[in-house]
Amino acid sequence: MATLDPSDLQAVWLTLKLASVTTLLLLLIATPMAWWLAHSRRWYKGLVSAVVALPLVLPPTVLGFYLLLMMGPQGAVGELTRALNLGTLPFTFAGLVVGSVLFSLPFAVQPIQNAFESIGQRPLEVAATLRASAWDRFVSVALPLARPGFLTAIILAFAHTVGEFGVVLMLGGNIDGETRVLSVAIYSHVEAMEYGPAHLLAGGMVLFSFVVLLGLYLAGGKSWRVTR
Amino acid sequence: MNISALRGRVAAVVMSFGLMSAPACAGEVRAAVAANFTEPMARIVELFQKESGHTVKVSLGSTGKFYSQIANGAPFDVLVAADEKTPQRLEAEGLAVDGSRFVYAMGKLALWSAQPGLVDAKGAVLGKGAYNKLAIGDPKLVPYGMAAKEAMEKMSVWSAVRGKLVTGENITQTFQFAATGNADLAFVALSQITKDGKATEGSSWIVPAHLYNPIRQSAVQLSAAKDKAATQAFLAFLKGGKAVAIIRSFGYELP
Repeated sequence: MATLDPSDLQAVWLTLKLASVTTLLLLLIATPMAWWLAHSRRWYKGLVSAVVALPLVLPPTVLGFYLLLMMGPQGAVGELTRALNLGTLPFTFAGLVVGSVLFSLPFAVQPIQNAFESIGQRPLEVAATLRASAWDRFVSVALPLARPGFLTAIILAFAHTVGEFGVVLMLGGNIDGETRVLSVAIYSHVEAMEYGPAHLLAGGMVLFSFVVLLGLYLAGGKSWRVTR
Repeated sequence: MNISALRGRVAAVVMSFGLMSAPACAGEVRAAVAANFTEPMARIVELFQKESGHTVKVSLGSTGKFYSQIANGAPFDVLVAADEKTPQRLEAEGLAVDGSRFVYAMGKLALWSAQPGLVDAKGAVLGKGAYNKLAIGDPKLVPYGMAAKEAMEKMSVWSAVRGKLVTGENITQTFQFAATGNADLAFVALSQITKDGKATEGSSWIVPAHLYNPIRQSAVQLSAAKDKAATQAFLAFLKGGKAVAIIRSFGYELP
């Protein structure tokens, strides 16, 4: 029977931490972006949409490669972080978070944007006639109505980050407890022909992903009925 | 357009395809090549194709990955590995042709930095700690990574560097970490920083051979090889004088 060593368990913990932090940050970033995209009529809206959707079509290695160059000591971002005395981001957990947020951005923005768009102007106008402030309309009307979109965004952003590989491989440097996430740990085990631990981790990941998705979809089904 | 004109066009297209493909006797070799041998292999392949008329399709990667792929039926004719262990293992498992294995190069390890003046002539920089990160190949996967670990253990700096270690999954990625400046130092293959017998920019230290077990880079013909004649011609060429001259010019030695 194959067993997991401490560094494998650390990889599990690190993956959950990365996915959680990324999902939280994405909710904070994606919500205003989605709101703006849903309501703006500016000419450059298409431009912003295209940039947000880029990670959908780019191979993760492209993103990883450019992030490695940009966040490196000679890159624009690297120079900035060094000027702020933060060091450089590659090979750090913070660097992985930045990469993951960019990589999963469309998976968070698009469902929320669709939800805001499907609400339409009408409920917000009605709320306005009842003297609800802009903030109140957003918090009390738009957010609850958009709940299914948020749920989808959370599921997708979390799952996508757990399944992320190319960006992490290019940026991470495979450091135990810092950047060695599950997908990289599995890859290393497979390459080193350690199929026992590879099976345990990979099989566990399939099971975990399925259970989380099932749970969220079941819960999502209920809340959809409630909101409609 | 009438039918006969159409037929003429179709014939012309078919004929042009016929002209594009190589002569009937030319074969194809599918080679799995260890990443450290990327550049010399490109030169060798170019020369071999010109002289023999055969074509060589090169796939680059880590030796460990190629083992897994070959064990699972990957369509390669030869493995040009970064070690001796993997070809031996393939032979023992019947996946490679008995007696076809040979050492084509002795790998040399170098400590390299993209910054001039950072690496000194004795590698003392490792113990001093005046650098951000040190990149090595994953010792489990990359023979040069294993050699780097052995050398640092012999130098008694292994425990001192551990906190600064980042690992690449093959030696190309390891080199890239240092080439982009994200890691100040990297243990790489001497071939990666050698062109035409000269060192590329930056600073480097060639690790003395007694500090690590010899990296006996071996090639082997795989049992699944389809075009046996072309494959054998390619392996013979790899042993021959012209290939050896190229291999030496990249800083490798021969046994």
